[in-house]
Amino acid sequence: MSNTITSQEQAVNVVHEHEAHGEHHHHETFITKYVFSQDHKMIAKQFLITGMIWAIIGGLFSVLFRLQLGYPESTFPWLEDLLGHWAKGGKLQPEFYYALVTMHGTILVFFVLTAGLSGTFANFLIPLQIGARDMASPLLNMLSYWFFFLASVIMFSSLFVQTGPASGGWTIYPPLSALGDASSGSKIGMDLWLVSMAMFIVSSLLGGLNYISTILNMRTKGMSMTRMPLTIWALFFTAVLGVLSFPVLLSGAILLLFDRNLGTSFFLSDIVVAGKILPNEGGSAILFQHLFWFLGHPEVYIILLPAMGMSSEIISVSSRKPIFGYMAMVGSLFAIAILAFLVWAHHMFVTGLNPFLGAFFVLLTLLIAVPSAIKVFNWLTTLWRASIRFTPQMLFAIGFVSMFISGGLTGIFLGNSALDIHLHDTYFVVAHFHIVMGVASFMGMFAGVYHWFPKMYGRFMNQTLGYIHFWITIVGAYLIFWPMHYEGLAGMPRRYYDFSMWESFKMFAGLNQFISFVSMIVFAGQLLFVVNFFYSIFKGRKVTTTNPWGSNTLEWTTPIKPGHGNWAGEIPEVHRGAYDYGKDGREFIPQTEAVGANESHH
Amino acid sequence: MTEIFLIAIAVMIFVVIFQIAKASEYVSVLKGEEKAKKQTNKINAFMLIAFLVLGLIGCWWCNELYYGKTLFPQGAASEHGQKIDLMLYITIGVTGVVFLITQVLLFWFAFKYQERDDRKAYYFPHNTKLELIWTTVPAIFLTVLVVFGLKYWFKMTGEAPKESIIVEVTGHQFAWEFRYPGPDKILGRKDYRLTKGANGLGVDFNDPASLDDIHVPVTMHLPVNKPVKLIINAQDVIHDVGLSHFRLKMDAVPGIPTTMWFTPLYTTEEMKVRSNNPNFVYEISCDQMCGKGHFSMRGVIIVESEADYNKWLATQQPEYYTVFPDKKPKSAEDVVPADSTKKSIQLSAILPSGK
Repeated sequence: MSNTITSQEQAVNVVHEHEAHGEHHHHETFITKYVFSQDHKMIAKQFLITGMIWAIIGGLFSVLFRLQLGYPESTFPWLEDLLGHWAKGGKLQPEFYYALVTMHGTILVFFVLTAGLSGTFANFLIPLQIGARDMASPLLNMLSYWFFFLASVIMFSSLFVQTGPASGGWTIYPPLSALGDASSGSKIGMDLWLVSMAMFIVSSLLGGLNYISTILNMRTKGMSMTRMPLTIWALFFTAVLGVLSFPVLLSGAILLLFDRNLGTSFFLSDIVVAGKILPNEGGSAILFQHLFWFLGHPEVYIILLPAMGMSSEIISVSSRKPIFGYMAMVGSLFAIAILAFLVWAHHMFVTGLNPFLGAFFVLLTLLIAVPSAIKVFNWLTTLWRASIRFTPQMLFAIGFVSMFISGGLTGIFLGNSALDIHLHDTYFVVAHFHIVMGVASFMGMFAGVYHWFPKMYGRFMNQTLGYIHFWITIVGAYLIFWPMHYEGLAGMPRRYYDFSMWESFKMFAGLNQFISFVSMIVFAGQLLFVVNFFYSIFKGRKVTTTNPWGSNTLEWTTPIKPGHGNWAGEIPEVHRGAYDYGKDGREFIPQTEAVGANESHH
Repeated sequence: MTEIFLIAIAVMIFVVIFQIAKASEYVSVLKGEEKAKKQTNKINAFMLIAFLVLGLIGCWWCNELYYGKTLFPQGAASEHGQKIDLMLYITIGVTGVVFLITQVLLFWFAFKYQERDDRKAYYFPHNTKLELIWTTVPAIFLTVLVVFGLKYWFKMTGEAPKESIIVEVTGHQFAWEFRYPGPDKILGRKDYRLTKGANGLGVDFNDPASLDDIHVPVTMHLPVNKPVKLIINAQDVIHDVGLSHFRLKMDAVPGIPTTMWFTPLYTTEEMKVRSNNPNFVYEISCDQMCGKGHFSMRGVIIVESEADYNKWLATQQPEYYTVFPDKKPKSAEDVVPADSTKKSIQLSAILPSGK
């Protein structure tokens, strides 16, 4: 196939020849088309739908533990019917509460916002937007999904083991995660967690290497790096971050497996647990945190960058205006990607870290605010004197910017070590990262789904449901997370099962109830999206033009329902950047259009 | 029964919303898609500006409701804490202004520049001067915040004053233990392998310095206005000594002792008045996830006048006598071997961490 040939020119010729033989060359069975597909578009859909299933599970978990936080005095007999001994007498047991919190974090961070978000859109958009017929290696790409699927199966099965799934928090700090005697969730559930994550990392590396090599080698004629849409730049940096940081987590996970099962002492020293004196000496529990956060911090940008890229694209398309400062947008993405590797220890200011070392992490952390500010002001300037079409995707892109501002600013508090001493591990942190990483990235993801759904399925999603979905989400998200800052400023610790025994924290019972109530409504609102998505695949309004949003990028030059190979004839040539909107009095000028003789220069 | 009823209502609302949304699609086709598009555009632009206004009112209202429940009104109970509060105010001020400007611009632009028949988007791809402005201005503000932050950071994490009282804190699932060094002001050596039965902290009683050490569970007593240095340990998993009223926090890590120092400014009784809460108590919360009882790992600090503190200290019995009740002296004369102080100085020089 074309993709094994490195030279672009040759590839085009071969594919051209190949297509001259006619469409009937592909005899796709159900299995090769829908299950073990090597078509990047199908793999993207597989990632998306698996991610959506995980999102429902992870979201449901949060509703369950919010029941405990909001109504600590009540019992819910139906919980016992559902969860058995984990909810004895209709009340969540603390062990299971912590298991839910842990799995909520793991699922949302890795399975939804990493695999579901960048897995979906990197696969779907990279070949379509750079003008390639598929990924550099469709086989590795298929394997990437199936390793993710395997990771999902293992993680899902861990929910059903007798001692419960991992329950030491999504950061799985040892010794808690290393010692079965310290917590029932650290028994077999933790081994499954680690094995699942190892599979997940393999998936992420296979995907990432593929994205990078595709972007670097397989761009169509004329598509220089600086003509690429910002989505591709964002996905490119995301892949680089993943490829360089995930292996470090893999090493941490494997060392932890050794400590758990082979009697090594990488992370263990001087421990007496449940009356037993352990022989381990010389390990460092803090070492694990370094390994974890060396991935963990880039990970938040792995989650956020694709959302930034897609929002940039959608804001420009819907404003009918070029994205302001394209090169600054690329530069700030680059700066964020570099800094992402240099700030991990800001999660560890209160571990006893050398204060002198901490000072550098303060400086580098707050430095991230500069490229972030550039991005925000550039988005704002893009909206200035625009002509905005409020499609659901545009609303979500605006929501993304709003959330990114709100959550980004509280990062300035937490990155400053002196303030972090007070705010660390309080609800202030919960509010901060849910807004900036959770809700913002979800908004970017929703924007992407609404925008590219017509390309995926040849149909539109229902717009009215999209609007309702947006307004429930943004209003609900602020109602849930904004007041949490106040709880954090009162020092209220996160990951508490019950606050009623604390004189210092019990005054927020009413607020906790309110937050729990809103979270249930927001969860139901997300189900509207899920229903809309699946309904529209089969019954949505059909797309009748190839370019429904009036967009410049290459994916809209393909047929309405592109087959494997994307373009029926030759891959189009690119003559300009992706953001010529409103230029010389024309509403938009596709990338495929040659530069005219009289065209103005900027 | 009520649950089934609630679920039925939720499902009904769901179905109704779905049907309305489906119908609206047909209506828009009947009305003419262009016209319907214009209408929804207007509605959403209006909703965005309404969201901004209501949202800002909501922020103000939220502050009215919950400011009083934060720690700001009662003030910080330590010198470090007062600096942190000041920095918090400065940071809230700076970020608050940025928040207001950017959010207002975002929603106002969205509203103002909605698509209209007479509007054409202005082609404005870049402007180097503007971009330089919003690179340098945030950089300057951040430098100020970093400089202040690091100044306080180094002060707080610096060496404790020499005259500090020393208290050793040990966390285990799911409680706190405290050890005072006794009259010789030196904590006896510890070895985790000695942890057994009554010797719950693994104190090495071969070290003479340990003979006068006092071990108390749950409640720590401290004198007001005197610096205190905590030496923090954990026995099983990572815990965290969270002192929200003093605005401090430090992890307790097995095998790696950590330290933290502060000066309490108000006694517990004074704080009852300041916080307007007759039940006020300084609480130690575990702030690092440590297992199923994490939320209940509670300690208490009683800050009192120096006289009361000394009185309390005098009533405490060294741990040595609780571990070895038969060694307990009959008379008050020979409580501590006279020469223990000298020997233990040498020992503690070798083992500064108190292990």
